[in-house]
Amino acid sequence: MKKVLYYSVLILGSFIFLYPFIWMLSASISPENEIGNLIFLPSNVNFSNYLLIFDKIPIDKAFINSIFVSVSTTLGVLIFSSMIGYALSRLEFKGRDLIFYIIIFTMTLPFQITLIPQYILIVKFGWVDSYAGLIVPYLINAFAIIMFRQYFKSIPQDLIDAARIDGCSELRIIFGILWPNSIPAIITVGIITFMNTWNEVLWPLIVIRDESKMTMPQLVTLFAVGGRAESQLGLKLAAATLLALPIVIAYVIFQKYFIQSMASSGLKE
Amino acid sequence: MKKKFVPYLFVAPYIIHFLLFVGFPVGFSIYLTFHDWNIISPMEFIGLANYERLFNDTLFWKSLKNTLIFLLIHIPLQIIVALFLAELLTQKIKLKNFFRASYFMPVVVSGVVITILWQQLYGFESGLLNRLLTYIGIKKIGWLTDPNWAMPSIAIMATWKNVGLYIVLFLVGLQTIPQQYYEAAELEGATHLQKFFKITLPMINPTIFMVVILSTIGGFSLFIEPYVMTGGGPLNSTLSAVLYIYKQGFFYYHMGYAATLGFFFAFIILLVVFIQKKFVEREY
Repeated sequence: MKKVLYYSVLILGSFIFLYPFIWMLSASISPENEIGNLIFLPSNVNFSNYLLIFDKIPIDKAFINSIFVSVSTTLGVLIFSSMIGYALSRLEFKGRDLIFYIIIFTMTLPFQITLIPQYILIVKFGWVDSYAGLIVPYLINAFAIIMFRQYFKSIPQDLIDAARIDGCSELRIIFGILWPNSIPAIITVGIITFMNTWNEVLWPLIVIRDESKMTMPQLVTLFAVGGRAESQLGLKLAAATLLALPIVIAYVIFQKYFIQSMASSGLKE
Repeated sequence: MKKKFVPYLFVAPYIIHFLLFVGFPVGFSIYLTFHDWNIISPMEFIGLANYERLFNDTLFWKSLKNTLIFLLIHIPLQIIVALFLAELLTQKIKLKNFFRASYFMPVVVSGVVITILWQQLYGFESGLLNRLLTYIGIKKIGWLTDPNWAMPSIAIMATWKNVGLYIVLFLVGLQTIPQQYYEAAELEGATHLQKFFKITLPMINPTIFMVVILSTIGGFSLFIEPYVMTGGGPLNSTLSAVLYIYKQGFFYYHMGYAATLGFFFAFIILLVVFIQKKFVEREY
């Protein structure tokens, strides 16, 4: 009897969390006058909203921009933070502890304080409307460095010593020996960085003005608030669906890793 | 000789990045707070005028109050819902992974998408929520149009978006409670509620504090939801602090004043988080 209650609550919960997404998908392929119906099956399926959205805004270009920015940021973060994490956990040098404390300190610093001067820096560098302005400030990530430092600490010293005796360079040790043994850390840092970069809105809104350089969330945001969607709700929902789809597909496939990554970091946003 | 150089080579990107994107901005931010500047014309030194303006700026204090209202609704709601669902998920039931995965779904989706979706759910005439209310005979609510409801509406939506993450954190926390405690309590004839309040709640306290701190920091950065959903309205009731800084900086190009707001707001965040942390340390 108690079980029935548990299941009812849990199923109701799932419905509440999934319904809006299912509705969004179904509404985006419904005729405009049926969108308000809040039912799942449109009387006739049509993809005109999707065809129209490609005419109205350069969403295909924004998709490519987003992929490019997210992939390069993620790769950069993985490479830099594993190098820095390696130096901090496995190499002896002067100032090591100081750097570690600075990293911890920057983690507590609210972004609100650096927002305006960082923008000014981007202006001075001439990086407004450039990929560099979107990517470079995010290439170093304190959380990722700490993560790799922790993980590398748990790898046996013998492995590294053996590699050194074989004449491996330090870079070979990181990417040839430690990386294959750090898959969980790489997945965690990779997923979190990719997701945060893909979903970031505030920074692109500030740095990018040229429509052809915009990322997907930025373009969809401006489309939604800018009045270009007018009263055409179907268009707005089609744009939102296109923005959600890549992450949702990745999530459905790698669901286990997504949840583990976020739980082990306890971090978001 | 060459070897000594290697560690510095590895940490060099960090040092350069730190100086450029953290050290310089923080220093320059403080410098900017004493100036008036629209980026194009030369910077003008104005002493403490920005600070004076800030203390008399009713709109800034309102944005601060709004952010606080958001936190005061969002955090307790999130803890209650997350803990409740996490408790259910620790029972012996099937399809656990499916439930957990569906609650987690909104966490991964962009805030812009969530906001566009909930704008429809909150619609006054044909929105799902008001239809349900009408159906059960309650008057419609101006979710996003009534100044008293707009911020609570955004807080409810934010809870829906983030709660999946906190369910997972609570599940991790619940697993660390030794089963013997519950077994002993059962022998004594404790009820479900007694077990929850006497064992679960005290044992899960560290996770609760972690959730409080994480969602405080997250809540202080509230931006995209009011920006897309209400533009800060109605009557500035959803104007969050970050949205106000954004408007001062990138609508009006008051760089000096925006920097002052950012600097002061960051100080408040640090203070609040510091007090929360102190509170945790005292408890344990």
